[in-house]
Amino acid sequence: MSEAPSDTPLLKVRGLKIGATVYPTGERPRPIEIVHGIDFDLAPGKVLGLIGESGAGKSTIGLAAMAYGRGGVEITGGEVTVNGRDILKSGLRDVRKLRGGEVTYVSQSAAASFNPAKRIMEQVTEAAIFQNKFSKKEAEERAVDLFRKLGLPDPENIGSRYPHQVSGGQLQRCMTALALCPQPDLVVFDEPTTALDVTTQIDVLAAIKEAIRDTGVAALYITHDLAVVAQVSDHIMVLQQGTMVEYGTTDQIINDPQEEYTQALVSVRSIKHIEKEPTDTPLLRVENITARYRGTDFDVLKGINVELHPGQTLAIVGESGSGKSTLARVITGLLPPSDGTITFDGRTLSPDLSTRSLEDLRELQMIYQMADTAMNPRQTVGTIIGRPLEFYFGLRGKAKQTRIQELLDEIELGEGFQDRYPAELSGGQKQRVCIARALAAKPKLIICDEVTSALDPLVADGILKLLLKLQKIEDVSFLFITHDLATVKAIADSIAVMFQGEVVRYGPKSQVLSPPFDAYTDLLLSSVPEMKIGWLEEVIEHRRMESAGN
Amino acid sequence: MKNIPLAALIGLFFTGLFFLMALFAPLIAPYGMAEVVGDVWEPSSSEFLLGTDSIGRDLLTRLIYGGRTTIFIATMATLLSFTLGSILGFFAAVSGGWVDQAISRFVDLIMSIPSLIFALVVLSVMPTTTTILILLMGLLDSTRVYRLARAVAVDITVMDYVEAARLRGEKIGWIIFRETLPNALSPLVAEMGLRFIFAVLFISTLSFLGLGVQPPMADWGGIVKENKEGINYGIQAALYPAYAIAILCISINLVADWILHRTTSLKGGRG
Repeated sequence: MSEAPSDTPLLKVRGLKIGATVYPTGERPRPIEIVHGIDFDLAPGKVLGLIGESGAGKSTIGLAAMAYGRGGVEITGGEVTVNGRDILKSGLRDVRKLRGGEVTYVSQSAAASFNPAKRIMEQVTEAAIFQNKFSKKEAEERAVDLFRKLGLPDPENIGSRYPHQVSGGQLQRCMTALALCPQPDLVVFDEPTTALDVTTQIDVLAAIKEAIRDTGVAALYITHDLAVVAQVSDHIMVLQQGTMVEYGTTDQIINDPQEEYTQALVSVRSIKHIEKEPTDTPLLRVENITARYRGTDFDVLKGINVELHPGQTLAIVGESGSGKSTLARVITGLLPPSDGTITFDGRTLSPDLSTRSLEDLRELQMIYQMADTAMNPRQTVGTIIGRPLEFYFGLRGKAKQTRIQELLDEIELGEGFQDRYPAELSGGQKQRVCIARALAAKPKLIICDEVTSALDPLVADGILKLLLKLQKIEDVSFLFITHDLATVKAIADSIAVMFQGEVVRYGPKSQVLSPPFDAYTDLLLSSVPEMKIGWLEEVIEHRRMESAGN
Repeated sequence: MKNIPLAALIGLFFTGLFFLMALFAPLIAPYGMAEVVGDVWEPSSSEFLLGTDSIGRDLLTRLIYGGRTTIFIATMATLLSFTLGSILGFFAAVSGGWVDQAISRFVDLIMSIPSLIFALVVLSVMPTTTTILILLMGLLDSTRVYRLARAVAVDITVMDYVEAARLRGEKIGWIIFRETLPNALSPLVAEMGLRFIFAVLFISTLSFLGLGVQPPMADWGGIVKENKEGINYGIQAALYPAYAIAILCISINLVADWILHRTTSLKGGRG
């Protein structure tokens, strides 16, 4: 481990230990340690990236820099020194001066953090005025200045709007302005771009980076996405389960990772998938589908035409709101289309779920994004997987047990899972059980709706590999809905790019992903962060030149 | 079952005691239910532990038999209201659309009439038998249970696992009893404790007004009515059933609280 070179660190953390209390059902509550002694320094004006999977303790460490433990979390040991003072030993009064004064915080969901009943300006300037750093007038001038720096439209007047009157990406930038307004020494960014679409993320990322550089503030940048953190930070600390795995300069971590875990993170999504040729007869043919939700006068889908061949994967890519999940609802029959037909395995599917035959229902299964809500928390894994077997094939008793175990083996879970409840599984295991439930029906087509986007990169990688393996064994087709182009590259045979309810680009993977691109596909493709230092600048520069050329 | 908190233990003890007394009333009670054994309003003595009532019956005996009637009617009415209310509520939530609208608006209609007045009107034309009382109270209370059950179920039916069951082609019975009910049980059990208490109060009110359980059968509201004149002379007889009602209320709610606490886990694991 190499120490950050600095004479007087702004933030000095030594032997930080953080604990929490767990409440296992049926047992006495007991304390556990979630961060086991972390050391690091942060020099003024530098950016340190904290990276790790969920549960690695990165947010908890970030909040410890404000002497705060969220929920039942408690800082149990160590020192956190800001500007030479140990803030863990300070009284409440000093901590109040620290929070929102010297150290500020940008959270993941701006929409949930802003008070919807107050205007943006009032909230952006609140901390600065409360801390007596600026008068109301000065703070407002400062805020407008920051709005301009962050590239928000109409910086003079945007402050008088309410949070719901600006877009998600704009609100996230407002939150950055909020954090920078009191002129802090340190800002804690907690996954500031994770909830945004890729094309929005790149703008917010560039704005944050520029604002950090212009104001000379130091920052802790917390994220699970190594490619993102590589763009903004000077140093990176890799965390796993509350311990430090590796610490180094961004250059070293990205280009020369020493630890095995870091290497795995850097090389994630290295799946190579060779595109299959289309066959003569498609399994699924979606023709001219137009759909709208009841009670609205707006078509969410406009004349969609796609085909999916047996044993292959069609990826539907697009941002949130592009209509890709609605397409899945139409295909499954949950939302009857207002126009168009769906042909499945040579027969026309009835538009409404209630009039479809049991055979149609069985051959078309679905896997959801949130495995947590896709499984009944009061049913065991055995019941969850066993029900389709019983329902479609009438399997009972021993035959059912054997088949459940076969399926569990197929999803690489093995013995001892039948009697567990979903709450007793990890995120990746839950998604595997959902896959097994879909497979139990012996379907011809599985619709995968953002199945990996709620998972950590390494876990998601495992799921994708499993899906590819299962496709080979069971010869099942996947309709893969995602916003993540890296996933698409890894598993698709053909791709449909959706934008505002229309398919703007459709064809075999090799064709869709090679130039010449249409404007939207180009924007989408170039916005996906690459694990390369300086990528952000390249893209921004490239776009600037293009717009200058036009 | 090892870590039962003290409050729940107390609640369990008294609830158990009341129900046992109700079950074995003829064995426990020192005298016959309608037997006149002494003078009017005798003070408590070794012969009559709580004294006698307005016509000389043993008050303890009356209380024990009264508890039997009151608890029986309240229990049956609560069971009826829960079975009917929650099944209708789940059915409305799972079906949605016009089915939901039709049932919900009908329930609103019933709820807009104050239930005591509704009951008084019905009882003034119907014969006052135990069956009629149970049916009436159960039906009236089921509207409240319906509201709760529907509200809880509406939140559950939008979960992905219910959608998955629909996509599988499951019938409405499976969706109601296997997907929705287990996840709605916690709030329903808590509500059941409360509803039982309301049922006790309701039947006592009716009896006090003379429209509930008819003499010579004993019930707690009836005992208050029979002995209310005694209060003027400093006779406690009318207060004992009130104490009984209060103790039953509190203990049942202690138990309900504990059950709610045990089954509500944020992780939704084994309760």
